[in-house]
Amino acid sequence: MVLKMADKVLMKGNEAIAEAAILAGCRHYFGYPITPQTEIAAYMAKRMPKIGGCFLQAESEIAAINMVYGVAATGKRVMTSSSSPGISLKGEGISYLAGADLPSLIVNVQRGGPGLGGIQPSQSDYFQATKGAAHGDFHMLVLAPASVQEMADLTVKGFELADKYRMTAMVLADGTMGQMMEPVSLDYDVKNTVEKPWATTGTNMEREHNIVNSLFLSPEKLEEENFKRYDRYKLIEENETMYEEYMMDDAEICVSAFGIASRVAKNAINEARAMGIKVGLIRPITLWPFPKAPFKKAGEQVKSIISVELSMGQMIEDIRLASECKVPVTLCNRAGGMIPTPEQVLEAIVNANNGGAK
Amino acid sequence: MSTTKFLFAGFGGQGILFSGKFLAYKGLIEDKQVSWLPSYGPEMRGGTASCSVILSDTPVGSPIVSNPDVLVAMNLPSLDKYEDSVVSGGTIFVDSTLVERKVKRTDVNVHYIPATALADKNGMPTLANMIIVGKVLSALEQFNEDGINAALGKVISARHANMLDFNLKALKIGSEN
Repeated sequence: MVLKMADKVLMKGNEAIAEAAILAGCRHYFGYPITPQTEIAAYMAKRMPKIGGCFLQAESEIAAINMVYGVAATGKRVMTSSSSPGISLKGEGISYLAGADLPSLIVNVQRGGPGLGGIQPSQSDYFQATKGAAHGDFHMLVLAPASVQEMADLTVKGFELADKYRMTAMVLADGTMGQMMEPVSLDYDVKNTVEKPWATTGTNMEREHNIVNSLFLSPEKLEEENFKRYDRYKLIEENETMYEEYMMDDAEICVSAFGIASRVAKNAINEARAMGIKVGLIRPITLWPFPKAPFKKAGEQVKSIISVELSMGQMIEDIRLASECKVPVTLCNRAGGMIPTPEQVLEAIVNANNGGAK
Repeated sequence: MSTTKFLFAGFGGQGILFSGKFLAYKGLIEDKQVSWLPSYGPEMRGGTASCSVILSDTPVGSPIVSNPDVLVAMNLPSLDKYEDSVVSGGTIFVDSTLVERKVKRTDVNVHYIPATALADKNGMPTLANMIIVGKVLSALEQFNEDGINAALGKVISARHANMLDFNLKALKIGSEN
């Protein structure tokens, strides 16, 4: 047997996020422990002091997000992480970050809700992440990894995009992605070259004071800020949308899923293909901006679309909009911390293929 | 077989997650696609622990193992809970020191090994897990020392390097019983 010492290492998704953040130049982490993402904080607690960084376990999620705001205002790469109930607590701070146009990275390793919910994997914060993290007109860039490698890659990407567009990027994972181990290779050519002339780094008596603020009492000025922000969002929609298509070329049935659900869906698609059913997958990688183009195309190509979700059906609304309701879109789901099985998804595919869009 | 799905199950503290991690690393070193997924629910805090490991020649889809090809049951609750989930023609490994009953299924291969007793007898009471993994590797004809040594080097930190030989010995005991 040929033995190859792989350059890859086995890491938990949570650890991969933490290490990737450090590689991306993040030297400030603020958080408060919550299952199933505590390994991120644990990793940072171990590593940050050794590399001259700052790990701080805040007294609450609200404190942590406001510490993120403070460091972000200085232009340094900064992050926090939590799981669903903790992200809700951060809502106010997230809105302030948006209002002040500050770049930051937030990780949500989702668990079942609502309320304190449970600790098992879920995708039921899709609405929150993509549409309503908090008050006011704003978006976050939402990145949805489907492997431990992507947990790392999208963390790096998230920092880069956050800087480029002066906004918060969220890595939206779930308990499975956080807890599982897979081989990862962490080798990045990190771009950390965005100029930040707005950062509050001290004037040296050489320039006017920079002011970072989200308060604009003049409605004319506040409206202008909002319009400027949405011009930027338009650029992001045009340039930063990411998705994966799997076996879509000749597909008559389209399955759509992100994160862990997409991996379950792939198993089912492979089995359905073996049965001769022409089925493929569209996997959104950016949930905001949502990849509308492939769904628009699918609406003209397939008989029906199945949305596989670990929620009561949230992404399905974006799929219906993007496919312009040209074909039926059905839901195949589990919720509350349960995960659909490949068999459940296969049954939905077979049903759809038989024309039985429920 | 291009994909093998393992489920390790037992009490918290028996080294269930560690044995799964060892197997996953061995797979990685042998150029397989691998995934490892632990249970992380309240059962981890003093009850049963389990972990799913998939070794495959093709990319791993879902990392969740609901129907294992190989079940390692290190206590009775685990055998009770997972016996029926094993695929027909699959294999069940039982620590017969801690599980007194026999496997009821007749459509699976079964290996009984008194792993806990062997561990005690050989002065390595914390390594019953690796004894049973040794048995798994030999039964599946995957007991190759190069891969094993390399994988042990990965899962045992330098601080505990003295444990490497004990683990190797435990694997060998398992493979010979």
